[in-house]
Amino acid sequence: MEAVTDFINALVLLLNFIVVPGLSYGSQLALGALGITLVFGILRFANFAHGDTMAFGTMITILVTWWLQSKGVSLGPLPTALLALPAGILLTVLLLVITDRSVYRYYRHHKAVPVTFMIASMGVMFMTNGIVRFVIGPNDQRFLDGERFIVRARDFKETTGLAEGLSIKVSQGLTIVIAILLVAALFWFLQKTRTGKAMRAYSDNEDLALLSGVDPDKVVLVTWIITAILATIAGTLYGLDKSFKPFTYLQLLLPMFAAAIVGGIGNPIGAIVGGYVIAFSEVMVTYAYKKVFIYLLPQSLEPEGLLQLLSTDYKFAVSFVILVLVLLVRPTGIFRGKVL
Amino acid sequence: MTNSRKTGLAFAAVGVLLLIIGFMQSWNVALGIFNLCLISAVMALGVNMQWGYAGLLNVGVMGFAALGGMSAVLVSQAPIAEAWNASWSRLFISAICFAATIAASIVCYRKLAPGRNRNLALTLVIVAGLFVTRQFLDPAISSIESIEPAKTGFLGGLGAPIIFSWLIGGFVAAGIAWCIGKVALGLRADYLAIATLGISEIIIAVLKNEDWLTRGVKNVTGLSRPVPYEIDLQTSPWFIDIMTWWHGGALEALDSAARQQALKQFVIDGSSIFVKLCYSGLFAGVLIIVLLLSVRALNSPWGRMMRAIRDNEIAAGAMGKDVTRRHLEIFVIGSAVIGIAGAMLTTLDGQFTPTSYQPLRFTFLIWVMVIVGGSGNNMGSVLGGFLIWLVWIEAEPVGVWLMEAGTGWLDEGNALRLHLIENAQHMRLFFMGLVLLLVLRFSPGGILPEVVPRQKSSD
Amino acid sequence: MSFLSGVNMVGGYGGADILKGCSIEVDEGEIAVIVGPNGAGKSTAMKALLGMLDLKQGEITFRGKDISRLTPQDRIAEGIAFVPQTNNVFTSMTVYENLEMGAFLRDDDISGTVSKIYELFPILEEKKDQLAGELSGGQRQQVAVGRALMSRPAVLMLDEPTAGVSPIVMDELFDRILEIRDKGVAILMVEQNARQALHIADRGYVLVIGENRHTDTGAALLADPEVRRSFLGG
Repeated sequence: MEAVTDFINALVLLLNFIVVPGLSYGSQLALGALGITLVFGILRFANFAHGDTMAFGTMITILVTWWLQSKGVSLGPLPTALLALPAGILLTVLLLVITDRSVYRYYRHHKAVPVTFMIASMGVMFMTNGIVRFVIGPNDQRFLDGERFIVRARDFKETTGLAEGLSIKVSQGLTIVIAILLVAALFWFLQKTRTGKAMRAYSDNEDLALLSGVDPDKVVLVTWIITAILATIAGTLYGLDKSFKPFTYLQLLLPMFAAAIVGGIGNPIGAIVGGYVIAFSEVMVTYAYKKVFIYLLPQSLEPEGLLQLLSTDYKFAVSFVILVLVLLVRPTGIFRGKVL
Repeated sequence: MTNSRKTGLAFAAVGVLLLIIGFMQSWNVALGIFNLCLISAVMALGVNMQWGYAGLLNVGVMGFAALGGMSAVLVSQAPIAEAWNASWSRLFISAICFAATIAASIVCYRKLAPGRNRNLALTLVIVAGLFVTRQFLDPAISSIESIEPAKTGFLGGLGAPIIFSWLIGGFVAAGIAWCIGKVALGLRADYLAIATLGISEIIIAVLKNEDWLTRGVKNVTGLSRPVPYEIDLQTSPWFIDIMTWWHGGALEALDSAARQQALKQFVIDGSSIFVKLCYSGLFAGVLIIVLLLSVRALNSPWGRMMRAIRDNEIAAGAMGKDVTRRHLEIFVIGSAVIGIAGAMLTTLDGQFTPTSYQPLRFTFLIWVMVIVGGSGNNMGSVLGGFLIWLVWIEAEPVGVWLMEAGTGWLDEGNALRLHLIENAQHMRLFFMGLVLLLVLRFSPGGILPEVVPRQKSSD
Repeated sequence: MSFLSGVNMVGGYGGADILKGCSIEVDEGEIAVIVGPNGAGKSTAMKALLGMLDLKQGEITFRGKDISRLTPQDRIAEGIAFVPQTNNVFTSMTVYENLEMGAFLRDDDISGTVSKIYELFPILEEKKDQLAGELSGGQRQQVAVGRALMSRPAVLMLDEPTAGVSPIVMDELFDRILEIRDKGVAILMVEQNARQALHIADRGYVLVIGENRHTDTGAALLADPEVRRSFLGG
């Protein structure tokens, strides 16, 4: 009997410290990587400004959230930020469309090489970053309100009588639910609608798509709109779950790029799988397994160390190592990228 | 030639700007900026080699600069005997284990046929090797870090003059560049960019967390200097004599009590300017050497081949040029130059603070320098280094001043006004991005475009 | 005045002129074939008709209307369809989706056209849910032609449709092309397999370095001893 309880306790530990955080962080990465992969598939360049696009969208959402909070508006148990999201999305769409009109369109019409687009995206990154820091400052901002937990560790322990608790934050639950809905909507759009098919065709074979009468400007416009939606929602969810700091969003570029490439850049399913692969690797490699093994092993075999493969400070290293491995073993990524 | 006149004019403009700063603010500030301009120019030259000569997109400039900074610490700091004594045997064993792991994985890679089995064997060898290594490394690290953690808690360095670190920094950066180049070169251009972005983040993470190496975020301060200390100068008779002679006219006019007072102030001010001038001399020396070598290399057959590869990789490859190998060469050399600049920067700062390495400042700003100055043109990169650094530094006071002037109609304590003034410094990021985009769009060759020493082709 | 004609076309891709004053015409219910040695400008002439390069001289008319200034997209909307030689299917989309993309500019019900294409190429119905990238070369070529027909074009242009397919598949493909012609479509085709192509051609053009060398019916060209000697290998 005790062996069974120990086993369940170990499972709860893993659930609490690996599965739940991995799922929510993975969903955030997946949404971010989807934006990168869409831009890559349609406009064919690695968008360095994507992290800052996320920061911009989140910033607008935060500002509107604060304004709503000051007016006494709230969503009850849910964070007010959900109400503010549409505003954030709208302004981010505006930002991306303006950037495309003023920056990228010129290079597209002049058939510039992808590297030129990339350098231009660095310029856009600088400008967006400047705007974000100018408006909201470089510091941490918290904007989470409403209920904090769906499942509290203490309640869980009391109900189940287990030694280990399971806690699920509202932000984590929301992240997973919204990510599923959003991804489902995106795939429905890409698979079933005329515009979505045009996007896939354009990504697959630009010349042939043009020969079929696809309007490239419209495809690009729709791509930026979807990217804005994904980026704003991903950024806001990340901000709710952790906290908002412009610099962190710049740093998210690396795991998001890694996710997109690992899955196969340009391939949306790849971006999602890549997001979870990166997130789970980060969480699993930096988790200290000592307690799990205490539950699982007989007392005589109890481990001495923390049984942590890498300190949490090296989570970036994890995404990087996976990236390098994929580049070495299978440069096209898990799902053979380069098409939508 | 119009191009050399343009170069002269552009540099004259930068000189005038520095003079204005000297007169308006102070010569101390102007020289301080000038020194960083010199370092930025060296860094920009390194990036220009990779991007301008070969079209390689290195987005990990920050990492290579930080490696140079690390070398400054490891070369110049005195070794901590206690830490070595406590850990050398374990360190030695773990180094052997590590080397054995690498050797074993290379053997695995070479001897086994490609496929699932090889991947599995490699994974096993690496995981097992790292596990064994850590069995020895972890206790060694904790014994090192436990020795006076507040003051040292690391192994120290070689105790050599810090100026050697400039060379060592170059070598360390070159070594890491070789590893990353081996993996990422030959793949698509954007993958190299992302891989370098990754390696730079990892280098910073290592420097922040491996306390035994460089004290991590506890920083290493008080690095030794290749130039005299102000405090020593102020008590050196020869320096005081120079100052007395230099300011002779002004001192003559004063009575003896005031003269003593004034001389003291002159000596204090003079000493800090003198130190900065010494640095300027050293940095300018490095810059000139790197520049001369770059110019020679670019105009040599090797440089022509590089450009040929950049302009048409497929054709060059078809003509039997080993494109990947040439890319690796230039990537390593360029990274070494960045490493040298990084070591110079840490030397100038006199301290090593891993948290100060931010990608916007250390990677993307250098890129702006190269593109604005003129990709492929060495003088352009130097100019870009000077100009962009000047703008970057001066944009902050100018931005604040503009905001203060622009919001003058608001109350002194108005929240919006305070916010605008407080955050004005961030607008320089916006401004830098704007400059980059404008140059890229309207003058893609930069201020001093690449000079192609060959006849114009028919198209 | 023919249904689609390019008269006295001069131009190239920015460098030296590839077309040096050649003329190509095709009428409804007719197959016109362009043959000639490598580098003669066969594909270039076809792409000029489609508007994929800037002409320095020459006039292109379609249904009696000057279309020289229209973009390729606009010419497609007018009723010209083009099957490129390579990369002529959307590899990551299903066969059916490829057909759908062919009808991208149409707003009406496409099911009738789809079933006509399934009649023409029965294999496509069988494989309609398979990705086009997974098909064999000959099947892909059928998808490519099917995609082009989905816009119900008046002119169908084919750039070497039989390149890289086996002789059996080639014969089959030519049969289908004849069927399409019999439905009243004007067909313009560039072919490497000159002899077989001229057999089905109502009109043949032999192009040499950007100029018309011989122009006649397919049968007449096949019978012409000079054409046989120089271009058909005896």
